[in-house]
Amino acid sequence: MITLTDLTKRYGSTLAVDRLSFRIRPGLVTGFLGPNGAGKSTTMRMIVGLDRPTGGQVVIDGSRYDRIGEPLRRVGAMLDAQGTHGGRSARDHLRWLAQSNRIPAKRVEEVLEKVGIAEVAGRRTRGFSLGMSQRLGIAAALLGDPPILLLDEPVNGLDPEGVRWIRTLMRNLAEEGRTIFVSSHLMSEMAITADHLVVIGRGRLLADTSMAEFIDANARSWIRIRSPQPEQLLDALAGAGITARRDDDGTFEVEGGDTERVGDVLAEGGVTLHELSPRHASLEEAFIRMTEDSVEYSAEGTAHEGAAK
Amino acid sequence: MRSARALLLAEWTKIRSVRSTVWTLITAFVVTVLTSTVIAAVYNNQFDSLSAKQKADFDPTNLGFIGVQLGQLVLVVFAVLVVCSEYTTRTVRYSLMAVPRRGAFLAAKLTVATALVLVTSMATAFTTFGIAQSIFGARGASLGDPGVARAVVGAGLYMTLITLLAMGLSAVLRSPMLSLGVLMPFFFLVSPILTTVPRIRTAARFLPDQAGGLVTHVRTSGWPFGPWAGLAILCGWTAALVLAGYLTLRRRDA
Repeated sequence: MITLTDLTKRYGSTLAVDRLSFRIRPGLVTGFLGPNGAGKSTTMRMIVGLDRPTGGQVVIDGSRYDRIGEPLRRVGAMLDAQGTHGGRSARDHLRWLAQSNRIPAKRVEEVLEKVGIAEVAGRRTRGFSLGMSQRLGIAAALLGDPPILLLDEPVNGLDPEGVRWIRTLMRNLAEEGRTIFVSSHLMSEMAITADHLVVIGRGRLLADTSMAEFIDANARSWIRIRSPQPEQLLDALAGAGITARRDDDGTFEVEGGDTERVGDVLAEGGVTLHELSPRHASLEEAFIRMTEDSVEYSAEGTAHEGAAK
Repeated sequence: MRSARALLLAEWTKIRSVRSTVWTLITAFVVTVLTSTVIAAVYNNQFDSLSAKQKADFDPTNLGFIGVQLGQLVLVVFAVLVVCSEYTTRTVRYSLMAVPRRGAFLAAKLTVATALVLVTSMATAFTTFGIAQSIFGARGASLGDPGVARAVVGAGLYMTLITLLAMGLSAVLRSPMLSLGVLMPFFFLVSPILTTVPRIRTAARFLPDQAGGLVTHVRTSGWPFGPWAGLAILCGWTAALVLAGYLTLRRRDA
């Protein structure tokens, strides 16, 4: 369990993270979603003690990261796929990391195999592609076999094959009962991988909800119907106890419901149809709406401040 | 204790696994020995044409260490590489995630690098001394002469401390360009020039390389302090910069 309490980070006059409080529960994939610049990376860096909070605190199972002995065995993090010395081989990079936390040397070979870069492990990392660097980053995170994993934008810049690999890996790691905290600026990515969702915008918490709840609340689905006989259509549906709403463009919308039943009802009523199609609002739209609000909110705040002067 | 060993081992692997650091140490050795050899040979050939005063002041031990002036610049490069590459390559994030206690991380890094430099410096000092004195022949010094062994061991300690001082400053500045931009002109220009300016001269003798360098002389008359006191002054400068480096690491985000 990772607990953030009023976590705040200020860089000069900008508030990167603003009194953020939430918990990352064990055994779940928690998606950490926010637009670029929302404060995701800063938050993750504070969790592992790289950045010092301006206010509040974050603890891992009750203790600050810098109080954990041999922390790589407790928390594995991939915050920055770069961050290796270009003149050092991938194997040597993992080797010194392992030595620092007294992780057995054979574990280095295991993780190299696991992420599929064993063959290039002897090469200096200068020539690594982004995908290879990303895999090395994951290998470093897995080195101490930690129960908690933090991954900052792990699919960023990967080709489709790499993206699929990361997704599968995260699911597998979650199935092993690990806690996974993964950030992204793409809702679609979260919808696939996350059990739980934490959304932030401009450093503030916007949502802390299970993925299922978020989908229920935001993924509206409806049936769109077009017909040259609107009166007969409404009568037929009303007869079957189905409510339809007329849209501005003259089409009709039936909230929820299934297409087969609506189609059958309208056929029995002898209504001519030009269209009968299921529709879904995307989670991406819901996310954009949510973060737009945070942008609007702060723009408004600025306007008020301006007016006060 | 076991964790201290683990940290030292990790830092040893870091240094060993990058070619540039190893090559820099070898270069420091070669540059120092070669420069000293050449200067000693030239000096020896022209000895007869020196003035009586120059002959009287002739300190074969110290003259044999003339290459240290150049070699220490290479060691400064080593210091900057070891510390600043953590920041330029962002390896420091991994380092601090693995070893979040800043003091332990810095202590391990500086201990390993300093130990390596100590070995290199001692080897350099004794090799340089041996070659230079064999060139000087009968005019040369031998380790048994008064003050000579102290000067040779002192030369090794001097180079080691200058490197450690440079690592301390690098930990404060973090940027290799900035660190080299401060250290190189200081050792090559600022410090030597200040010691020739009449009024400032006395104060300039307390600069780290001037005070510390005294230990490599056998003739130490005319100085306000003795050779070991000079080395202690260098230790003071070094301790101050290493402390500043530690405080920077503690205070600033990685």
